[in-house]
Amino acid sequence: MKYGLQFRDVFAAWQSILDGVYVTLLLSASAMIGGLILGVACAAARVYGPGWLKGLVAGYVEVIRNTPLLVQLFLIFFGLPSFGIRLDGLTAAIIALVVNLGAYAAEIVRAGFEAVPKAQIEAGHSLGLSGLQVFRYVVVFPALQAMFPALASQFVLLMLATSVVSQISVEDLFHAASIVQSRTFRDFEVYTVVGALYLGLALAFRGLFAGIYHWTFVRR
Amino acid sequence: MIRTFSYVDVMYLAAAARWTLALTATAFAGSALLGLVLAVARISPVAPLRWLVAAYIFVVQGTPLLVWLFVIFFGLPLLGVSVNPWLAAALAFSIYGSAFLGEIWRGALVSIPRTQWEAGASLGLSTTEQLRYVIVPQSVRIAIPPTVGLLVQLIKNTSLAATIGLVELTREGQLTAAGTYMPFAVFTTVACIYFILCFPLTQWSRSLERKLDVAR
Repeated sequence: MKYGLQFRDVFAAWQSILDGVYVTLLLSASAMIGGLILGVACAAARVYGPGWLKGLVAGYVEVIRNTPLLVQLFLIFFGLPSFGIRLDGLTAAIIALVVNLGAYAAEIVRAGFEAVPKAQIEAGHSLGLSGLQVFRYVVVFPALQAMFPALASQFVLLMLATSVVSQISVEDLFHAASIVQSRTFRDFEVYTVVGALYLGLALAFRGLFAGIYHWTFVRR
Repeated sequence: MIRTFSYVDVMYLAAAARWTLALTATAFAGSALLGLVLAVARISPVAPLRWLVAAYIFVVQGTPLLVWLFVIFFGLPLLGVSVNPWLAAALAFSIYGSAFLGEIWRGALVSIPRTQWEAGASLGLSTTEQLRYVIVPQSVRIAIPPTVGLLVQLIKNTSLAATIGLVELTREGQLTAAGTYMPFAVFTTVACIYFILCFPLTQWSRSLERKLDVAR
């Protein structure tokens, strides 16, 4: 028997799919903002902090980077209730994504910090800037500019990786796909359409980041 | 019946890790084969071939691995192949890995100066021979650290095979957690096993990178 591809039922469920896109965007945006802040803080601690803090951050970065996101997600969602910390799926997902991205961002930003020449920091001090001002204007800004492309591609990878949150039944785009699949039995069609949507989102994010780079660093 | 999480369960999890390793090995072999073809096609003089490969890499890197896993898992039966999580996972991971390896290896190939090709040509080597005897041996050194990095990514990504019911480390963890009702202990153990598999590779990749820096 020959199977005919049929997309009609999938497109008819566009509302569920659109809801999924919204949740995926929400998750990605929260994770990117939270992860960047955590990453910058960890990178600063790793480069300028006291010894014990350096060790702690290094441990965090290694543990996260050497274990799968899916397992981290399961630990937070299924494991934490053993300690009385009961989180709903969306909160657990955001925490897992922020903690995960924070470790990757820390490594990227740290490389950026280390690339800022020492003489430049000394120049900042000799102009009478305080430690925090030097950090903000002389270190963070140039470091972020140098590391922007690497960060942007990490962010896009993270957006794609948010699809695993469907496994703790957060209603993101991938979860919407499995709902539509169970209703229409058009599995192949659903996942192809959703794959195309992810590709579109990835393109949109890349465009957005190119725009941000241009407006922040080039056009000043 | 609810049992407790014991030493036996830890052994079961460790045993399940060999399926993670087997899947990683299969996926890496597939990725390497396909990735090599992609890398060479990316530097070929035939422009449409280059565009085609660039498009492939763009699409694969712009879609979640989970989507590939499901598209292939549900797509195979349409081609008349019966549903088989192993085949689907091996294919999906090979496609995914090849796009990244193709880019890594292309970068390594183009990092060799043009003059090396010309030197090969002046010795009377054909283009294939130049690639085989002059360019590839030099670019391998550059390519190894990021390739090991990708291997770590592959190990971690095989956890997604749990979603199509392949019993590897993560799936075994889910089953154990359901049986013992001790998810925190179980998933911590699972995470530790992944860490034991990945961390030495990460360190190795890092030390190779450092050595390369010194050599330059």
